[in-house]
Amino acid sequence: MYRYDEFDHAFVNERVAEFSDQVARRLSGELTEDQFKPLRLMNGVYLQLHAYMLRIAIPYGTLSSRQMRRLAHIARTYDRDYGHFTTRQNLQFNWIRLADMPAILKELAEVEMHAIQTSGNCIRNVTADHFAGAAADEVGDPRPYAEILRQWSSIHPEFTYLPRKFKLAVTGAPNDRAAIQVHDIGLELKRNAKGEIGFAVFVGGGQGRTPMVAKRIRDFLPEADLLTYCEAILRVYNLDGRRDNKYKARIKILVHEMGEDEMRQAVEREFAAIGRTALTLPAEEIARIQSYFAPPVLATLPAHSDVLDKAKAADPELARFLRRNLHAHRTPGYGILTVSLKPTGLPPGDATSAQMDVIADIAERYSADEIRVSHEQNLVLPWVCLDDIPAVYAALKRAGLATPNAGLVTDIIACPGLDYCALANARSIPVAQRISERFAALDRQEEIGELKLKISGCINACGHHHVGHIGILGVDRKGEEFYQITLGGSGDETTSIGEIVGRGFSSDEVVDAVETVVETYLKIRTSPAEKFLDAYRRVGEAPFREALYADA
Amino acid sequence: MSANPQQARKAKVFRPVVATSNDLATGAVVFRHGDGTWSIDIGRAEIAETPEDGDRLLARANADQDACLIVEPALIEIIREGGFVRPVSLRELIRATGPTVPLPPEAYAHL
Amino acid sequence: MALFRHGVRVADDWTFPAEGEAFPDSGPVALPRARLIAEWTALEARNAPLGVVIASGEKLDGLEAILPRLSLVKLVIPRYADGRLYSIARLLRDRYSFAGEIRASGDVLRDQVALLVRAGVDTFDVAHEGTARAIETGGIVAVTHHYQPASNDAAEAHAAPGARPWLRRTPVPFPLA
Ligand code: SF4
Repeated sequence: MYRYDEFDHAFVNERVAEFSDQVARRLSGELTEDQFKPLRLMNGVYLQLHAYMLRIAIPYGTLSSRQMRRLAHIARTYDRDYGHFTTRQNLQFNWIRLADMPAILKELAEVEMHAIQTSGNCIRNVTADHFAGAAADEVGDPRPYAEILRQWSSIHPEFTYLPRKFKLAVTGAPNDRAAIQVHDIGLELKRNAKGEIGFAVFVGGGQGRTPMVAKRIRDFLPEADLLTYCEAILRVYNLDGRRDNKYKARIKILVHEMGEDEMRQAVEREFAAIGRTALTLPAEEIARIQSYFAPPVLATLPAHSDVLDKAKAADPELARFLRRNLHAHRTPGYGILTVSLKPTGLPPGDATSAQMDVIADIAERYSADEIRVSHEQNLVLPWVCLDDIPAVYAALKRAGLATPNAGLVTDIIACPGLDYCALANARSIPVAQRISERFAALDRQEEIGELKLKISGCINACGHHHVGHIGILGVDRKGEEFYQITLGGSGDETTSIGEIVGRGFSSDEVVDAVETVVETYLKIRTSPAEKFLDAYRRVGEAPFREALYADA
Repeated sequence: MSANPQQARKAKVFRPVVATSNDLATGAVVFRHGDGTWSIDIGRAEIAETPEDGDRLLARANADQDACLIVEPALIEIIREGGFVRPVSLRELIRATGPTVPLPPEAYAHL
Repeated sequence: MALFRHGVRVADDWTFPAEGEAFPDSGPVALPRARLIAEWTALEARNAPLGVVIASGEKLDGLEAILPRLSLVKLVIPRYADGRLYSIARLLRDRYSFAGEIRASGDVLRDQVALLVRAGVDTFDVAHEGTARAIETGGIVAVTHHYQPASNDAAEAHAAPGARPWLRRTPVPFPLA
């Protein structure tokens, strides 16, 4: 993991002092809400439905046990004992007092964390593959580059008042788990024919009101040019992005209006004009940052674990858990475990302070002290020895954290929606709850197979509904909650935007509608091996539309 | 009748309103009472029955914002049910009563 | 509006003729881009400092050739959230090696001053009373550790050899250029 040095500590402490001063000026009445709002937003403080909300950055989703314990401590001391992990690998606390903000930021700074740029029209927290460094299919660990980008983008003097927010995501594997094609900049780590490391650069993806899949504007960018190229993209955007209409201000609209080729040329021109500067990354510096992310020392083990095989044979529940929540590791004898934050009937992505502490303990003992937050609102233990899995499973189970549903229909992404969010049109969490209850039977879930269901409470699409295999969007119809269903979206390397199938459904109807979609899929699939997305792509929306609206 | 069609329309559908906002220091949802204090208890909120009273109530709430007591004041429509008062819209109902989803037990410790 | 040059409140020595208004025969004069270009010959003959006023959303295209002859570029900020001038200032310093005065004029929040200085701005013409007061009383609180080179590079300390080459430091309190 990255460790702060003196410089990094000084930076964050200065920022805490600056923001604490702003909070004090606000509380004393020196700043009006209008003046304070842009300042608090730069530091992740929103005023939500019930209270102030604080969004804490978890850079590229990586946490140490110590950091997780500190989050638990903050939940217990300053909030209502729980937190919400978001689709941007951040953590939100929903019930924070403005007056406590300085104390909380100090507590965070002590464990090398902050809330800088988790909102506002600036470069946001950089996200990455949650299996980074451990995945079997990886070209390289994306996190050192994400860390370099995090540093470069921190209080960037030129890019703090952009037309709109700006999100970067990096993946190190051809199987994209970071949804890079729906980000403002998406970076795919790859090797060229000569075996050198670099990036394919995607620009202009995004969800929200006008969902768009990013355009690949560079097939191979040498790693040394990472910052220069990003600076070029951001400069083109800052100068030419629309500022006349908030809904047209994201870079995706600029790319769309300029056209892919012209955008590419504009960026390349700017990139060439900047030339070599202190942003050009020396190989030694990349290596130095990489050394922070060196994998932990792991034992040399056979690929198979007899201990695990035996435990699996004796415990069908463990076997089920492994079928869904264990993922291939690059190191023989090790596995990556998904810790589901989607138990039946509870809010997706929420964890109590007690659960955070349990996960911290497990990670300390069994996962090289490391935890990941996935954009699918789960936690990940990336370095678990297969022999240890029975013990880890038992500990997770005791804490209600062993739901065996990773990637299944109840592994739902849901934004906070109208239960918390001031911008919402409809509730998300209760819909997720009811769907997870409807599909609670584990055998049935497994029979259905991989299915990504994503719910947003408004068109801002924080719940990523556009890229859900089944997407649900909450709308307000004459004061009543209504839900639109989209099908066929995907956020992986084959990214596609889901299509609206027809009229929306009332809150009472929506769970039945989802079940109808699932039943239709089960009927039309060629075999259990044909996943929902593949079946949908083969047959299109017609059979689903028919099933949904047959009686209408 | 007012010559302004918008005002006329507003007058026609006017429902009783109360003033709500968030407490500046804590962020808690609060409602304005007749004595000028604010609290979470909508049952004690001052109710404006006419558009004119509503405007005056909002003006008092805005003054409280200027005095840095509360943030983002607004008028919300309410319904009287028996002895109770509740907001008309779901959004405001959720603001007044909390999330409609299960929270961990400790989340209620402050009550 | 209050004018601060290098953090010190000063009287404005520049004239900004309104549209259709003739420019004076002597003294520093700054004009909008189009007029500056159109009347360049007459202006140049005056033998006094010249400047350009860049409105929000305008770029530097067409000015490349005359920039070295200018002593002032005034960047107008109608709203603090309009961040385009940060890029313009950086281009002036880094791309065109412009050494004259870069003036940020309009809606500047006190929390933006340090960013603008790093982007190459050295003069502030601020509408915001709070900002003026903060500059005057040394009340600009800003982060002095930076993770990226910017356009005030000569005034910033660089990382020691061997450390991350993109790090920069400014002294405390933050010097206003
Ligand atoms: S999608 Fe809408 S309702 Fe959901 S969190 Fe985002 S802004 Fe709020």
